[in-house]
Amino acid sequence: MDLSGATRIVIIGGGQAGAQALQSLRQGGYAGALTLVGDEAALPYQRPPLSKAYMKGEFTEERLYFRPESWYQDQNIDVILSTRATAIDRANCKVTLAHGGQLDYDALIIATGSRPRTLPAKGADLKGVHDLRDLSDVERIRPNMISGNRMVIVGAGYIGLEAAAVARQMGLDVTVLEMAPRVLARVTSPVMSEFFEHEHRAQGVHILTGARLDHLDGADGQLAAAVLADGTRIEADIALVGIGILPNEELAKDAGIACNNGILVDRDARTSDPRIFAAGDCASRPLVHYGRSGRLESVHNAIEQGKLAAAAILGKPRPTEDCPWFWSDQYDLKLQIAGLSQDYDELVVRGDPADRKFAVFYLRAGTLIAVDAINSPAEFVASKKLIMSGAKLAPDALSDTSTPMKDIAAAALAA
Amino acid sequence: MAKITYKHHDGTEDVVEATNGESVMEAAVKNSVAGIDADCGGACACATCHVYVDEAFMDKIGEQQEMERSMLDFAENVQPNSRLSCQITVSDALDGLVVTTPESQH
Repeated sequence: MDLSGATRIVIIGGGQAGAQALQSLRQGGYAGALTLVGDEAALPYQRPPLSKAYMKGEFTEERLYFRPESWYQDQNIDVILSTRATAIDRANCKVTLAHGGQLDYDALIIATGSRPRTLPAKGADLKGVHDLRDLSDVERIRPNMISGNRMVIVGAGYIGLEAAAVARQMGLDVTVLEMAPRVLARVTSPVMSEFFEHEHRAQGVHILTGARLDHLDGADGQLAAAVLADGTRIEADIALVGIGILPNEELAKDAGIACNNGILVDRDARTSDPRIFAAGDCASRPLVHYGRSGRLESVHNAIEQGKLAAAAILGKPRPTEDCPWFWSDQYDLKLQIAGLSQDYDELVVRGDPADRKFAVFYLRAGTLIAVDAINSPAEFVASKKLIMSGAKLAPDALSDTSTPMKDIAAAALAA
Repeated sequence: MAKITYKHHDGTEDVVEATNGESVMEAAVKNSVAGIDADCGGACACATCHVYVDEAFMDKIGEQQEMERSMLDFAENVQPNSRLSCQITVSDALDGLVVTTPESQH
């Protein structure tokens, strides 16, 4: 469907994807009505620093915002904050808002993001138990980030470990509870898990793997302790829950748009309704370098799909689909990830984890599919190119640290 | 405060009053300067805020760290005066800085 004559575009969701779509539409020359509906009180902001520098107080709130308020006025964008979209009437091309108002659209972008999984345990609603997703969550958490306070983190994913690093650096007593036998079990290899466990333990974080939380114990509605299934009791002043996220797909599903663990979209970020697009955490997209579809929870994905949707609406050529990439900062470690490592059949370590500067390459049938690079930006950047090229790589070439990564990549790309 | 000029390949330019402590990338993005994508928001993870720095300022903008150098190693159209603008911190010493944006960040 040609939407290049659209004069009313509505974006639901003011996160990274929604903000990118706004920018790409205006940069792409779209001059028609543009409305952003967001359920948070704040203008669009960056989420990554929430569990990193912002949580630590090293990054001012003002720096979190993508754009100042004046930008939205200058760009003639109608921003509706603190408002949830409750329904999409596809037959009449209308979005209904929580207070009853309606918005007409010629093209619609759903960028509703995701929400934290709630802890399925008694005591999850006690005061002192927090998710870490929104700016408002961090505002509630930060007053408790006081040296000597005891923090329990449920879930050793990236969010949990980043928060653990910040809390530890601020002098809190930190315990991380993980149900799986290792940290980061869902997202990386045992080599990386072992490395991060070692780092966190060396910093004084108590990491309990294979730990099954039974319930959170409270006194007068306030968190007092985490109690494990084996009876272990861990006293706590504050608890953070980071056990994964769920896509906010209900708005689309209720409108009859195809969903399956995410709103299903094609390479242009278009849903089963040709006037409606979905971008960011809420969407399940073709992963062109992997021959399958899936949901990505990342800045790269949100930005790229925001651009893809804007380009498709404006009838412009499809922007390049980059290989997925991610990053995580913990202590003085910078982890950069390119690609998706699920389904690897061979793993190659380049460098020595003891040097705190190394990379783990993941191959499948001799082709590089992903890298986890610790303080190794050259390995990260080279791998992005190699993954997108589909080049074959010899494991012993990758592990040879006497040859610079740049040369290894150049040789593989020329072959 | 520092006045920064962003020159573009099409001959146009933007002049911005930047605040001390923010990066040259942030000053560009907050003032809607085109040509600096900054996809990662300043985490030195994407190399989409590449600029060419006016020679007169090369010794005032601070040393390149390894992370930045590696990112630039793999960027397109790199020159000796290439920098990632997210890694240049604004200070009074940068008043009058001129940077040029590349034709494309990807």
